Amino acid sequence: MSLNELWFLLIAVLFVGFFFLEGFDFGVGMQTQLLAKNDSEKRVLINSIGPFWDANEVWLITAAGAMFAAFPEWYATLFSGFYIPFVFALLALIARGVAFEFRGKRDSQAWKKTWDACIFFGSLLPPFLLAVVFASFIKGLPIDADMQMRAGFTDIVNVYTVLAGVAVVMMCLVHGLMFTTLRTTGDLQLRARKLAQKLLLPLGALLVAFVVMTYYMTDIFEQRGTWLLIIIILGIAAYVAAGYFMTKEKDSWAFGMTGAVFALSVASIFVGLFPRVMISSIDQAFNLTITNAASGHYSLKVMTIVALTMLPFVLGYQIWSYFIFHKRIHEKEHLEY
Amino acid sequence: MDTVMLSRFQFASTTIFHYFFVPVSIGLALLIAIMETMYVRKGNEEYKKMAQFWGKLFLINFAVGVVTGILQEFQFGMNWSDYSRFVGDVFGAPLAIEALLAFFLESTFIGLWIFGWDKVSKRVHLLSIWLVAFGTMLSAFWILVANSFMQHPVGFAVNNGRAEMNDFFALITNGQLLVEFPHTVLAAYATGAFLVTGISAYKLLKKQEVSFFKKSFEIAAIVGIISSIGVAVAGHAQAQYLVGTQPMKMAATEALWGKSGDPAPWTVWANIDPVNKVNTNEFQIPYMLSFLSYSKFSGEVKGMNQLQAEYEQQYGPGDYIPPVRTTFWSFRIMVLAGTLMIVLGLYAMYLMWRKKMDRPNTWFMRFMLWGLLLPPIANTAGWIMTEIGRQPWTVFGLMQTKDSVSPNITSGQVLFSVISFTTIYAILGAVLVGLFIKVIKQGPYNMDQDHGQPHDPYNKGVGPHVS
Repeated sequence: MSLNELWFLLIAVLFVGFFFLEGFDFGVGMQTQLLAKNDSEKRVLINSIGPFWDANEVWLITAAGAMFAAFPEWYATLFSGFYIPFVFALLALIARGVAFEFRGKRDSQAWKKTWDACIFFGSLLPPFLLAVVFASFIKGLPIDADMQMRAGFTDIVNVYTVLAGVAVVMMCLVHGLMFTTLRTTGDLQLRARKLAQKLLLPLGALLVAFVVMTYYMTDIFEQRGTWLLIIIILGIAAYVAAGYFMTKEKDSWAFGMTGAVFALSVASIFVGLFPRVMISSIDQAFNLTITNAASGHYSLKVMTIVALTMLPFVLGYQIWSYFIFHKRIHEKEHLEY
Repeated sequence: MDTVMLSRFQFASTTIFHYFFVPVSIGLALLIAIMETMYVRKGNEEYKKMAQFWGKLFLINFAVGVVTGILQEFQFGMNWSDYSRFVGDVFGAPLAIEALLAFFLESTFIGLWIFGWDKVSKRVHLLSIWLVAFGTMLSAFWILVANSFMQHPVGFAVNNGRAEMNDFFALITNGQLLVEFPHTVLAAYATGAFLVTGISAYKLLKKQEVSFFKKSFEIAAIVGIISSIGVAVAGHAQAQYLVGTQPMKMAATEALWGKSGDPAPWTVWANIDPVNKVNTNEFQIPYMLSFLSYSKFSGEVKGMNQLQAEYEQQYGPGDYIPPVRTTFWSFRIMVLAGTLMIVLGLYAMYLMWRKKMDRPNTWFMRFMLWGLLLPPIANTAGWIMTEIGRQPWTVFGLMQTKDSVSPNITSGQVLFSVISFTTIYAILGAVLVGLFIKVIKQGPYNMDQDHGQPHDPYNKGVGPHVS
């Protein structure tokens, strides 16, 4: 495997990790409006992701940093090309991040409602917008010979990309509900499991619609048909297993399966892209690839050494922190947020 | 306005705002780690309370620092894509390493610190805050690796129209970094320290929880004086490095148009006329500029006119003089604020040495209270001098600011983002100040009263009183 391929793989892994991890805390953020019945349930939900959400978000920051370092042309084209969507995503992430810290600091209803709204929209908008961006990656974007992307509104927002956005938001919600079943007890846990079961079918419908549209709208099935077929079969298996484990109330297995559906969906985008990183709708010759968008060999080598040395530690202490906070949260105990 | 101006405004405003919180995080993390260490070693609950009380302010501050930091990483690509294309090979690596080494460490262990008080052992909990403190410092290191490259590019070669890294070791041993890193990190420690002494001074003036805030004051004052003096020493080294690598910035900092003469005097203030390139009403201290530049009382410093001619020969026609007034005055504001910090710190040491902290002068405590503003003023002025003084370059000698902007974004888009970000930042700033005041007023022993725990409405004086 060349270093360019390795870095494409690492970035894909970072995004898969980001959606798997922050996916559930986005979902839990949305549940503060959709599932919680009162303030103490809201606080239980927020505290259930309290020790994790920040580190989960770092997966996104690291993914963007790795793009910058390994594929500067990809990073530059992507972030300047999707200027306005990223402004909204950033505003949402900013509001969400401080809302967790701020909401419990004053004892006023209006105050709490304001930050609750920030948590809700801050948890809904970023996955929606990132899904829109990823879907338009494989659909193709107006990228010219200078690697500059000049997209109009409908290049970015159209039926296909919005469908992807809705599907990903739904995935966050279901995945987050399963996380809630793992970290709460009693009525809240029961309702989370029930809602997850209810939403599983609409999620399946959205995913099928997205796969069908992808078949007609993109070239990724021509390019990587076999790979995608394997992913789809695995995805269906994980989806069915998720439903099975939900009814059997084997919540950790079900959580693993909703996560697997999520991970496979994100992975399929990267599999479809490879070895391209962005597809030009103007001319195939203008595609950004892992070769023409990449840093030099030396830079990639340095980064590889740093990443491979540090990664075991980083993963180690993150897993350890999940182990420390594996106990369920009760309303009666000390809640930080 | 064009996209370059708007993008510059956005970068400047969001970076300055972000940098109000970064030094506070770095400084407070260290102080809290020291306090918790004393708790674990001495078993005195008051030190635990100190870690928790200052920790509460730290967390509010940290949240704003973190969320405003995401924008910093994204806007290189959003607003400065041609810059990102040109230097991504070199500049992206430290940013990626920062995320991998520092951000994961900070975010994981801050979670453990907040939620782990009764879930992990005392020692593991203590280790967590030290790792957070270490992480914030590590983060500063890597971001300064990137910034130092912009000030003094090393370890690269230009191939195929872009800068490509060829010596990573040169990047992390950049002479600029070796002076910039201690200067910046010590300034951050001073920022946290003066925040704690300032708030403690306020509480001591009010005679509230005297033992608690006296202890806090003393710990922070010691950190404050050591780091303030350290900042000055490192700053002196940095100025000397500047003479060698960015003489134009040095000349602009001194508003020096012609040659300085030998020995060179230091201009304390001047009325600068950048159009006619002359100064009036100058007040100068003899020998001082030679000392600042070379650590000896002789030696000449090049002026802007001479450097402009040299740069035109080297880089082609153009205006290579940065905004002189801004550079000149920001440097003086920084130095003045730093000097005041040292004076306040020394006097605090004197009070502690003479054991007069129980009955400190009221006027001195008032100075200490307002002294918490000195480090942010110095930090901001310092960064303005560093970044404005580098203009018209983004990467000194390699790439100019006007060529760095994204060619495919419109001024309307940038105007929208400028308005959005400044609005949300203004709100965040106001909320943060409000929450700080609330937490400070509440004090360390009433901290757990909020959180919407059920409270008795009759206590608030609403409704009928039942006796």
